[in-house]
Amino acid sequence: MKKTTNQKAWFMVLPVLLLVAFSAIIPLMTVVNYSVQDTFGNNEFFWVGLEWFEEILGSERMHDALGRQAIFTTIILLIEVPLGIFVALHMPKKSGVWSSLCLVLCALPLLIPWNVVGTIWQIFGRIDIGLLGYALDQIGIDYNYTQDSFAAWITIIVMDVWHWTSLVVLLSYAGLKSIPDAFYQAAKIDQASRWSIFRHIELPKMKGVLLIAILLRFMDSFMIYTEPFVVTGGGPGNATTFLSIDLVKMAIGQFDLGPAAAFSLIYFLVILLVSWVFYTVMVHSDKESGS
Amino acid sequence: MAKITLSNLAHSYTSDNEYALKTMNHVWNDGEAYALLGPSGCGKTTLLNIISGLLAPSQGQVLFDDQDVTTQDTAHRNIAQVFQFPVVYDTMTVRENLAFPLKNRKMSANYIEKRVADIASMISLNDILDKKANGLTADIKQKISLGRGLVREDVNAILFDEPLTVIDPQMKWELRTELKALHQRLGHTMIYVTHDQTEALTFADKVVVMSDGEVVQIGTPTELFEKPAHTFVGFFIGSPGMNVLGAEISGNKARIGGHELDLGHGYQNLSGKLEIGIRPEFASLSRNPDDLPITINRIEDVGHYKIVRASHQDMDINIISDEGAEIFEDMKFVSFDSSKINIYADDWLVEP
Amino acid sequence: MLENITLTENDQPHIYETNLRLEKATMNVLLGATLSGKTTLMRLMAGLDKPSSGSILWNDEDVTGVRVQDRDIAFVYQQFINYPSLTVYENIASPLRLMNKNSADIDKAVRQCADLMKLSSFLTRKPLELSGGQQQRCALARALVKGSGLVLLDEPLANLDYKLREELRAEIPKIFADSGAIFVYATTEPEEALLLGGNTATLHEGRITQFGKTSTIYRQPKDATTARIFSNPPMNFLKLSKSGNKITFSDGTNAKASEALSKLGDGDYIAGFRPNHLELAQHSDMAIKFNAKLDVTEITGSETYMHMRHGGERWVGLVHGVHDLTLGEEVSVFLDPSHIYTFSQDGNMVLPAFYAKGI
Repeated sequence: MKKTTNQKAWFMVLPVLLLVAFSAIIPLMTVVNYSVQDTFGNNEFFWVGLEWFEEILGSERMHDALGRQAIFTTIILLIEVPLGIFVALHMPKKSGVWSSLCLVLCALPLLIPWNVVGTIWQIFGRIDIGLLGYALDQIGIDYNYTQDSFAAWITIIVMDVWHWTSLVVLLSYAGLKSIPDAFYQAAKIDQASRWSIFRHIELPKMKGVLLIAILLRFMDSFMIYTEPFVVTGGGPGNATTFLSIDLVKMAIGQFDLGPAAAFSLIYFLVILLVSWVFYTVMVHSDKESGS
Repeated sequence: MAKITLSNLAHSYTSDNEYALKTMNHVWNDGEAYALLGPSGCGKTTLLNIISGLLAPSQGQVLFDDQDVTTQDTAHRNIAQVFQFPVVYDTMTVRENLAFPLKNRKMSANYIEKRVADIASMISLNDILDKKANGLTADIKQKISLGRGLVREDVNAILFDEPLTVIDPQMKWELRTELKALHQRLGHTMIYVTHDQTEALTFADKVVVMSDGEVVQIGTPTELFEKPAHTFVGFFIGSPGMNVLGAEISGNKARIGGHELDLGHGYQNLSGKLEIGIRPEFASLSRNPDDLPITINRIEDVGHYKIVRASHQDMDINIISDEGAEIFEDMKFVSFDSSKINIYADDWLVEP
Repeated sequence: MLENITLTENDQPHIYETNLRLEKATMNVLLGATLSGKTTLMRLMAGLDKPSSGSILWNDEDVTGVRVQDRDIAFVYQQFINYPSLTVYENIASPLRLMNKNSADIDKAVRQCADLMKLSSFLTRKPLELSGGQQQRCALARALVKGSGLVLLDEPLANLDYKLREELRAEIPKIFADSGAIFVYATTEPEEALLLGGNTATLHEGRITQFGKTSTIYRQPKDATTARIFSNPPMNFLKLSKSGNKITFSDGTNAKASEALSKLGDGDYIAGFRPNHLELAQHSDMAIKFNAKLDVTEITGSETYMHMRHGGERWVGLVHGVHDLTLGEEVSVFLDPSHIYTFSQDGNMVLPAFYAKGI
């Protein structure tokens, strides 16, 4: 059905547009400005064109950070999404004390500020005073996240899973709750197996929210900064130096504003591109099954 | 297919004695089509859920062919159900949807293929077997969910929970007729829940009229029409419903206001609130001053008949006349077909 | 008061060029299947959508571009739309509050309207504490209290239980009669249109096929499409050809062109007749006998629906009384020629049924 075409409605969008311009577009332009210039201090800038971009794209440092970032994001998505769905499936379906309790428990990690999460795990994993580190050390496992890069990775992944699986759980749970009882009843009558119910009823109905969950987790984990910075500071060595940590090192640690600006623009484009591809593929596959 | 027995059955959702379903004993015959009819909140859905095994009754038993299934869950009762909103497996094709219950029961591929083809042609789905179920219209989806029940040969009963709610009026007509034809051909025991009297009456061999958690009457459409057991049945069935007029009754005469009416039969020892019930179909306008005087308030032309809305003192009386019948100014009386007058004491039918 | 609508929506036409003139204080039913354009037409009348061409006149004044808020209209939807957090009283009062009326006037209008809609004892309740029927009464009351000149009702009873529908259906004409406004009522059910009376416009695929007095349209449809829309169960059809005073039906049945069909010129036609005009017994010498195969019967208690196949056509018959018939068998049905509508091959009415002339 055709709705009214009233062009006046565009004026309503104007305030938001101005707000976005001040909060996003103008700062972004500053970054663009930095990325094509060099400076030796004293606020003197030279035009260098795309030099910084070439340097960053060709640098091994960027490649390594990007590689680590990709591995990290893949791992946490592979753990958090199935785990989140699994937990959501086992939460009580009927509203009541139990489901409320589960929801509150799930929401707890999400309410803790990110730097506090980092600090918690930083202390939790210490072998001298941390409960986890001490316990592991006592049962004879060689665990020291400050020196062993494998231990550092495990710590950061476990921390992220602890912190963010809840988000997937909550979204999946909302998706599951929206499935009418009749579907489960029909499946029972058809004697569908547990797996069939999941595959043919729950998963298709959860698809929409799962898409959002995966997208959010992808973007968030790709930009992860605070927690690894607090726990490992990017170390040992460069083992847990993800893109954002590297970027901050470059921009503030070394005050290489030009390369850092180029770096952040590339970073931004990568996230935008991956999110777009991901979204298009998911929506397209949805349409396909619809027709 | 099975006979269904409800023995001493009752249900309460809360722990106090507020019953959503009051104690009932009924035997429903194998192979018949039953409709549970009543306004929303009358307990018909509760009763259906108890039969399907979704709800455990707080008292009494449900028997399928003399076998107690009260504690069995839905999956083991061998029933099929069509819900108010179409339930199909969106990711599957129509064929896969129909085959699904058989696959889950580990039938052979050959058997499944043949059975699905048979059922699909029976409910005319064979042209769209390879389409995804997702994009189909509501009436086709309802057919698919019905088909998923029909493919199973061991089905005890097919249950319908207001299956035509989301269907377009034009398609309603067609789907209902198809359902009826299917029942006449296959002879499954069917139970159909609805608030729509036309659906109930046209579909069912026996209609179970419910009100306030109670079964008020079980009968064929004709019985419900001609001998409603309760004034509620008289009101609920028929459009407009039965006229109910307060009266004094002695022997074979009824007195309404100052007027005397002949009844077909004599009645003795009546007590309580007495009323006569007469369907608008059995009332006609007349010029005879011996009949009950009325005032005509409005005449509604419903196409193939007319509804005359009239009143006697403060009692409403509806009269149905034929499409061609002419109504004259001087028709200020109403006569009743005395053999069709029913007598009610405290709202329940009294036999002569 | 007049309204003169000429509308075309181009590229994807939803409403083809339409002219409709609704008079003051009339009940007008828009009858048609889902997606036939009823709602679109109402949205255009309300000013929620703008026509791509043509104009809408109100009291001879062009209101095409006027905003909904500035028009004198009320709209009631299929869903029960009330403010959930306000009491029934405040719900009904809300349009008046927006008009800045003084509270004594509001109180008077609300109570009067609530009385009419039988809501007086529920004024302090919230809408969600009411039954579906009462919620829709509340929505209706809110629409009526404004005293709008145009009240649009889009299938207002579709979501209600059968008996409640019957009750409100009987009340709406009474309420309408008191209001003096133009009522426009969209429905998919022919029976509802007949019960409401007034005028009816039948819609089919974005076109008004006919507009006029409800009973006239029912008895003298201009074409087969209108007849089909305005018949539930659907009208039955079969071909006939006339030569001289002999009529031959497509199944080979012959009949004499009696009084009813005598005025028909020679040629090929399509005959249409309503299910309730088929009979199981021969009531007059004129009645034509057809043989059909019985598929299904449905009994309503007082009447019997017969679903039959006649040649390639599906027929429905509605006969008085309860008949126990054997399925799958041939049945003989009778039709009085005075109940036959004749349509030309392309569906235009040639001759209305003879019986309908006097009604």
